[in-house]
Amino acid sequence: MERIHLGSIDYMLLIIYFVFVLGIGWALRRFMKSSEDFFLSGRSIPAWIAGLAFISANLGAQEVIGMGASGAKYGIMTSHFYWVGAMPAMVFVGLFMMPFYYGSRARSVPEYLKLRFDEKTRGLNAITFAIMTVFSSGISMYALAKLLELVLGWSFHGSIILTGVIVLTYIFLGGLTSAIYNEVLQFFLIVLGFLPLVMLGLKDIGGWHGLTTKLAVVATKAGFEPGAWSHSWKYTGAPSQNPMGIEWFGLIMGLGFAMSFGYWCTDFLVVQRAMAAGSMTAARRTPLIAAIPKMFMPLLVILPGMLAIGMHATRGGFLPIGSDGQPNYNLAIPMMLAHYLPTGLLGLGLTALMASFMSGMAGNVTAFNTVWTYDIYQTFIRPGQSDSHYLKMGHAATVFGILASVVAAYAVTRFNNINDILQLVFSFVNGPLFATFLLGMFWKRTTGHAAFSGLLTGTLAAAVHYGLTLSHGSIPGIKGGFLGTVLHVYPSEMALNFWTAIVAWTSCFVTTLVVSLLTRRTKTDDELRGLVYSLTPRQSDEAMPWYKRPVTLAVFILVASAILNVIFW
Amino acid sequence: MRLDLRLPIGLMFSLFGAILVVYGLVSNPAIYQRSLGINVNLWWGIVLVLFGLVMLGLAWRAGATSRPREPDRDRFSS
Repeated sequence: MERIHLGSIDYMLLIIYFVFVLGIGWALRRFMKSSEDFFLSGRSIPAWIAGLAFISANLGAQEVIGMGASGAKYGIMTSHFYWVGAMPAMVFVGLFMMPFYYGSRARSVPEYLKLRFDEKTRGLNAITFAIMTVFSSGISMYALAKLLELVLGWSFHGSIILTGVIVLTYIFLGGLTSAIYNEVLQFFLIVLGFLPLVMLGLKDIGGWHGLTTKLAVVATKAGFEPGAWSHSWKYTGAPSQNPMGIEWFGLIMGLGFAMSFGYWCTDFLVVQRAMAAGSMTAARRTPLIAAIPKMFMPLLVILPGMLAIGMHATRGGFLPIGSDGQPNYNLAIPMMLAHYLPTGLLGLGLTALMASFMSGMAGNVTAFNTVWTYDIYQTFIRPGQSDSHYLKMGHAATVFGILASVVAAYAVTRFNNINDILQLVFSFVNGPLFATFLLGMFWKRTTGHAAFSGLLTGTLAAAVHYGLTLSHGSIPGIKGGFLGTVLHVYPSEMALNFWTAIVAWTSCFVTTLVVSLLTRRTKTDDELRGLVYSLTPRQSDEAMPWYKRPVTLAVFILVASAILNVIFW
Repeated sequence: MRLDLRLPIGLMFSLFGAILVVYGLVSNPAIYQRSLGINVNLWWGIVLVLFGLVMLGLAWRAGATSRPREPDRDRFSS
């Protein structure tokens, strides 16, 4: 494979970006006086900044490289991760869950679980979450280093050290604020760095019409109807009709409900950004503001993948072929960068790519250091210390989090599509979580024992389901079927992951419900005020003009994503 | 936090844009073969400069009108 050669101008842009990133951390260091400043930005972030950070923290490796890869592998159906997955979940967390997260003054998602249920539920969530964030951050690091090695010929170890040191420095100096500010900078960089790529690619391929003609070739070659890559719903009647290998029911319930609500509504990585907002209104608006640019993200991350596979099928040799004989989908976006951008803009595109990896990493590290310090260290290891003690622990946890990510980065080597491995981890841990929160927030009868056993059952059920089933064409092992007998074979890895999430959610929901009815309530109505829907005074938005109310924004987002679904039906 | 984020964003993109514009003017036209013959450095550089200046303008206007003692946290949110 031909390597990309960077000019001095490209390096110049990259270095300027690093200077700004570190400069922001340096400028913020004097504001880091208490642990609340370091972990929660002193709850002072304006809604637009928190909103952009909310999506940017998620705009890491899995988003940019993974979504580009999925765009090439599955076509426009990948947009379901946005218009069916993210949108409704982001509206739900903003309108219905933020009043409890922000109103309870909990400092983290596990801490909310402690207030609502008990210490063991918090501990379980905190520990699984901490492990997951370290892995996500490690995957981000690994993917970046591998990519830079492949396309630029940079040293793998050198890239890991460079990104690790930069992310460590700016979080160490400016805590969550620094991470959030840099995420917003990264957001603009990603948009402005990838937009010219998409425009050039579209112009070259002959617009949307040209793209669909090329994608028809891709689809027929793979044995599907010509429109399988350019219609998001049309071929979801049966799993065999579309490249994702899933039918509409599994798609809506697995991705749209269990997986997406599990991620956007309960994952502290994103919720932390809203908790850092300056007021209740700002916190409720954070996910809603985030949803607007999120809606158009497919244009920047999925479309380049579709363009790349279209070119690959009709002009040949656009994507390098991997050892399994398939095109290397993960290289869809880097190859597009190399193909269309001349020195200068190439530097900008590459800086955007690095920015996305670093923001994904930083998001995980800030979530990790908070959960570690408040929910594990302060709760189980050394309670009752001074605030400056916990601030120091936060700094130490940042260093430890980066080191653990490096270890994780070296441990991750297996999957061909990064997106699939992340979705798998999320479906084990996040799948059951939303059932716990839904029952906890909207049914006051839910008990701590029930929440704890529900979470355990859900995660266990996910693992058992994954262990007894397999995706088509895989060998039993890490890709499923590890329990020896294979009871069912799904048409694709995606389908397997979606159904694992459905199984996790359902078993957690049923277990929590049944155990709640069998156990005694330990929290009085008074203790649950501000934590449960029926016991909390409604948020009144009457004082605001109608166009400023969160509900208006929410309706707009839902209507707009419905329209997008129809356009690309 | 008393650091207006629009300031670093504006500065960085103006700088990026200026570099790309200058490079677009002096670079060998042959390198634009891959970008379909368009001098994308020049044109996208102009876009970046404009974006950067708008950000700087917003930060400057907020700095000129804000009362330093009690900043309204929700002001930029709608």
